Amino acid sequence: MHPAYSVIFFTTASGAGYGMLVWLAMLALAGNVVPAMVSGLVMFAISLGLITAGLLSSTFHLGHPERAWRALSQWRSSWLSREGVAAVITYGPALVFALGWIIFESTSGLWLIAGLATGVMALVTIASTGMIYASLKAIPRWTDVTVVPVYLAFGLATGGALLVTSYNIFTPVPPHGIWPVVLVIAVAWALKLLYWRRIDNAKPVATAESATGLGHIGPVTLFEAPHTGENYIMREMGFQIARKHAAKLRMIALLVGGAVPVVAFAAAALMTGPAMMIACLLGLTGLCIGVLLERWLFFAEAQHAAMLYYGAKAV
Amino acid sequence: MTSLPKQASVRQLGLVIDLDICVGCHACAVNCKEWNTGGHSAPLTDEDPYGADPLGVWFNRIHTYEAGSGPEGRTVHFPRSCLHCEEPACVTVCPTGASYKRESDGIVLVNADTCIGCKLCSWACPYGAREYDHSDGVMKKCTLCIDRIENQNLPEEDRIPACVSTCPASARHFGDLGDPNSEVSQLVAERGGYDLMPEMGMKPTNKYLPPRARPTSNAPAAQSALKTAAETSSTGSRFLDWVDRNLSR
Repeated sequence: MHPAYSVIFFTTASGAGYGMLVWLAMLALAGNVVPAMVSGLVMFAISLGLITAGLLSSTFHLGHPERAWRALSQWRSSWLSREGVAAVITYGPALVFALGWIIFESTSGLWLIAGLATGVMALVTIASTGMIYASLKAIPRWTDVTVVPVYLAFGLATGGALLVTSYNIFTPVPPHGIWPVVLVIAVAWALKLLYWRRIDNAKPVATAESATGLGHIGPVTLFEAPHTGENYIMREMGFQIARKHAAKLRMIALLVGGAVPVVAFAAAALMTGPAMMIACLLGLTGLCIGVLLERWLFFAEAQHAAMLYYGAKAV
Repeated sequence: MTSLPKQASVRQLGLVIDLDICVGCHACAVNCKEWNTGGHSAPLTDEDPYGADPLGVWFNRIHTYEAGSGPEGRTVHFPRSCLHCEEPACVTVCPTGASYKRESDGIVLVNADTCIGCKLCSWACPYGAREYDHSDGVMKKCTLCIDRIENQNLPEEDRIPACVSTCPASARHFGDLGDPNSEVSQLVAERGGYDLMPEMGMKPTNKYLPPRARPTSNAPAAQSALKTAAETSSTGSRFLDWVDRNLSR
């Protein structure tokens, strides 16, 4: 599948923003945070800013952005519609939650309820994003059971890394506030490794023989394409990365996005002062690069059944 | 509404394509383009049509495959267009309701006035049947020529899809596949018409008729018969036999 930058940016940025909202809700629930105006303003600005930037970028890749509101109507059947509805609904409790945190400097009572609603809706939104892809039978590898958990885990990992780093500007984050984030980053990459393992070993769902129904005669190969040039389907679905390049990129993603952040945030938990901040920034940067690579690969490695008509052997 | 009709429609209009007869002339694809670029989904935009890298919207594309190899191998011309599935994923994924399956006859259509051009339907279709029009910013697809089959201004015999009307080999048939007694349904029953990629679970309406089995067992016998005939041939005329003998030297 063609890895469109707008979609990669949308899924990673909004994922991080929603993940951060989940962590903020958990902080409020645990009650071990002192809500304050300036730090609250910065953290909510980052999370809601990323969400909004991601949503806007996803509408810019539409053929008719001015009709984007129509996408909220088909939640009965469409995961894309459900995602849109969940994204819009999340703004409601999130703004109330932010109001309590920033203006009233409180995360208890009604503010806490708004916070919990925010956290739940944020999780629902990330899961819906994952389901958009996981529900597409035409791209068999995306229907893997790990797809939605991976989306959730990376949203929480990037959101957690952002929260720790931005909170650290105002107050040093205690070690017990950092370890859960280290754990989630490790879990996210473990899930991604599992996804890669499963898609590498998956049996083909459809073949050139089943696509044409000519398998009873013998193996089917494309003799002549419909035209000498390309078409929309070939450009959109035909993007294919060489296996050896994919293997290298997976390693880079795992090292830069997995090993570096785990070590850096673990070190941050043991440090104080500027060194701690530097470790956090290093971990956050590595994670962001790793997640962008991981998301790019998610699209670039995916094979679409329609390519069976254009010479692919099996998907 | 992009939810599918609760009950499959009684009428299921669709195509039956005979892979035994298709000669791969592309006339159906060309006539489809010609009609539809002025029809319901007009225009079928071409980008850079005379340049080095042309790209355009077509609803029907003709592939050619080789199946098997050696004496058993076949070259099969393979027209591919929307199959108007009974359970089309392209419809249910649509977030706006622009994609829909008509309750009356099962034709899958796009409402160009409400399509936002998110392209998700083209991702959901395993058959690659939907094509995005970059200049209109909306998705386009085979309409089964709804502007022909219901067009009271056309003579009755022309109320069939453009691809069917133009096929010089009569390899394309149009009719109601929901009616077991229709000509197309009987053709499917007779010739073992089949679904493409049934494992995708979309239940295509269009059916393909397989190439007929070739009497391969007679081939070696026929070849040796030809050889003996050539060796023992006699024209019945002594003069011509003399010429043949001398020319064969």
